[in-house]
Amino acid sequence: MTSAALRSRAWKLLEMLTTPLLPSDYLDLVSPLRAGADLRGRIEDVHPETGDAATIVIRPGRGWRGHTAGQYVRIGVDVDGVRLWRAYSVTSPTDRRDGRITITVKAIPDGKVSNHLVRRAKPGTLIQLDQATGDFVLPEAKPAKVLYLTAGSGITPVMGMLRDIEFDDVVMVHSAPQPHDVIFRKDLHDLVVDKKLRLTELHTDTDGMLDIARINELVPDWAERETWACGPAGLLDAAEEHWTEHGVPERLHTERFRPSIVVAGDGGKVTFGTTGKTVDADGATPLLDVGEEAGVLMPSGCRMGICFGCVTPLTAGAVRDLRTGEITEAEPGVLIQTCVSAAAGPCDIER
Amino acid sequence: MTAIDPTAHLTAEQIEELGRELDAIRDEVISSRGEKDAAYIRKVISAQRKLELVSRGILLFSIFPPAWLIGTAGLSVAKIMDNMEIGHNILHGQWDWMRDPKIHSTTWDWDHVSPAEQWKHSHNELHHTYTNVIGKDNDLGYGIMRVDEDQRWHPFHLGQPLWNFINACFFEYGIAAYDLELGKNLDKRRRKDPEFRARARAVGRKIRKQVLKDYVIHPLLSGPSFLTTLAATFTANLVRNIWSHSVIMCGHFPEGVQVFERRSIKGETRGQWYLRQMMGSANISGSKAMHFMTGNLSHQIEHHLFPDLPSNRYAEVAVKVRALFEKYELKYVTGPLPKQVYSAWHKVLRLSLPNRKPKVTTPDREQELVAA
Ligand code: FES
Repeated sequence: MTSAALRSRAWKLLEMLTTPLLPSDYLDLVSPLRAGADLRGRIEDVHPETGDAATIVIRPGRGWRGHTAGQYVRIGVDVDGVRLWRAYSVTSPTDRRDGRITITVKAIPDGKVSNHLVRRAKPGTLIQLDQATGDFVLPEAKPAKVLYLTAGSGITPVMGMLRDIEFDDVVMVHSAPQPHDVIFRKDLHDLVVDKKLRLTELHTDTDGMLDIARINELVPDWAERETWACGPAGLLDAAEEHWTEHGVPERLHTERFRPSIVVAGDGGKVTFGTTGKTVDADGATPLLDVGEEAGVLMPSGCRMGICFGCVTPLTAGAVRDLRTGEITEAEPGVLIQTCVSAAAGPCDIER
Repeated sequence: MTAIDPTAHLTAEQIEELGRELDAIRDEVISSRGEKDAAYIRKVISAQRKLELVSRGILLFSIFPPAWLIGTAGLSVAKIMDNMEIGHNILHGQWDWMRDPKIHSTTWDWDHVSPAEQWKHSHNELHHTYTNVIGKDNDLGYGIMRVDEDQRWHPFHLGQPLWNFINACFFEYGIAAYDLELGKNLDKRRRKDPEFRARARAVGRKIRKQVLKDYVIHPLLSGPSFLTTLAATFTANLVRNIWSHSVIMCGHFPEGVQVFERRSIKGETRGQWYLRQMMGSANISGSKAMHFMTGNLSHQIEHHLFPDLPSNRYAEVAVKVRALFEKYELKYVTGPLPKQVYSAWHKVLRLSLPNRKPKVTTPDREQELVAA
């Protein structure tokens, strides 16, 4: 028998020992970051960057496959006991010797996860991790000239790039409301002093928003530069238009942070993803009834919210609990009780 | 189904008002659910796993009597924790709000021969919706016992103290058979139903795994302690079964608990549903440890009113619920474990013999019972 086959036999035997649990359920008690475990990380340090941004130092589990500069990672954090998932750019270089990674988070108003991470996260906390992903990355062949066009927390993926690879000719145009809002301000200025970066720092509270046409005057050779842009949608839209107009759209790489704010309404279009049916629902009819009326096969039981026989994944949009008025927004892994939930705006149900 | 309706003094108005007050209690817990509660269930799960691991470790040396005693006691407690405070409550969806896929009603499985899926159907859906409705809620007597004087007596019921005792010893198998609706499905035609066969196969698989673990693999691992470990796991299962059976009997069986006729739940309002849960359940009083070991099913009344609230909150909810019982002049059935167990067993014995028909019956109700 090969050693792999032997190992799988041994594992089968272990599973018989622990049934109905898995051996990993026990191993997780002592070694949650081991190889072969579900990917997790441990927060080891939190240090403030600005008044509302902080860098979180994470020790990823052994299964972490590393990242490419500019990529982001999805993390699952328990906030008030509820697991919430968000994506953040990795801000550490790829070759950090201690094997740790960092993300840098800006607290956004009413942002549950961002405020938790910036203000309340404690070293020692376990979080869930996905592998790094995203194609907002540098090419393999070094471009001769580079432009980074960033605003606000759009600096974060670019900081990962700046820390990772040195180019001969790098220009950055970065906007933030005020000097003290500039995340990584000291690091950026250090790079400038070392002549590794030419920086134009714009303060929108005093100078107003960046008009993209000004790029001609700020960076005269912008069209020759391989450009990475990250920031609010308005800036990115304007940049895409500008680069296209000047016939160099292939030089521009953008990264959009998905807006995570769902505006909860009253009723809306309900799409049943699996069957492909879409119907209008009001804000008072349980989705179970809505589905059944549309001829969708819906699992059900008590029809009054007690048996959990009707739970179904909510894949997009938001629903309202008819008993408490509580709003639940779609996120991976979110299941709702269709018998006591109504559409709060358009939503997608996996049925 | 007592002759005198203990809720007769309430007006329809009052019943709906009672419903609203209960809804308010529920909302309050839901809006304050948080980090502390999540930490609680995680701690319980991790403690249970450690206890089971250590106990099984000690049982490797069960040939030595002290090791046998300690290991068996530890394993019994671990199995009780798994079934009661953890399994029963997670499978109720009490912890689904945490969105942790590992502690979720849709993924959890327990140390029990009835597969979680099947148990959720017969327990969460049938028992909790139709609590104490004769003919609808099979938990009443598990289909093998007579639980109310109005039910027709049959010589078969003479043996019910014995059935009940056997059921207590092999409770998990009883539950598996019950979840399969074995009695009804054994007739020839139903036996062939593919859906029933699939469910029966699932039970078979679960039994095989459980038996292999408890009675083959762990004893084998103990080498010279094979026989003593075998005896230890058997004892632990027996203890767990008798314990859960006793706790569960206390939930709906003691004297003073009402049962309902099928007719009575037609067009039931939310307030009336709540009221039925209140009158159809009974509590066990006792210490914190006692509540913990029953999986907080000692707060059966609160659990039946709010089956999906996290179990660690039932104690605080109980104070408010009890105040409502007083306000509406209803009887809150509770008592220490020995008293409740005695009361439930007494009823089993009493009803094993025929009784004179209660005086106040309506023709309608009788028809209902024949149908049941
Ligand atoms: S059908 Fe029972 S909770 Fe929805």
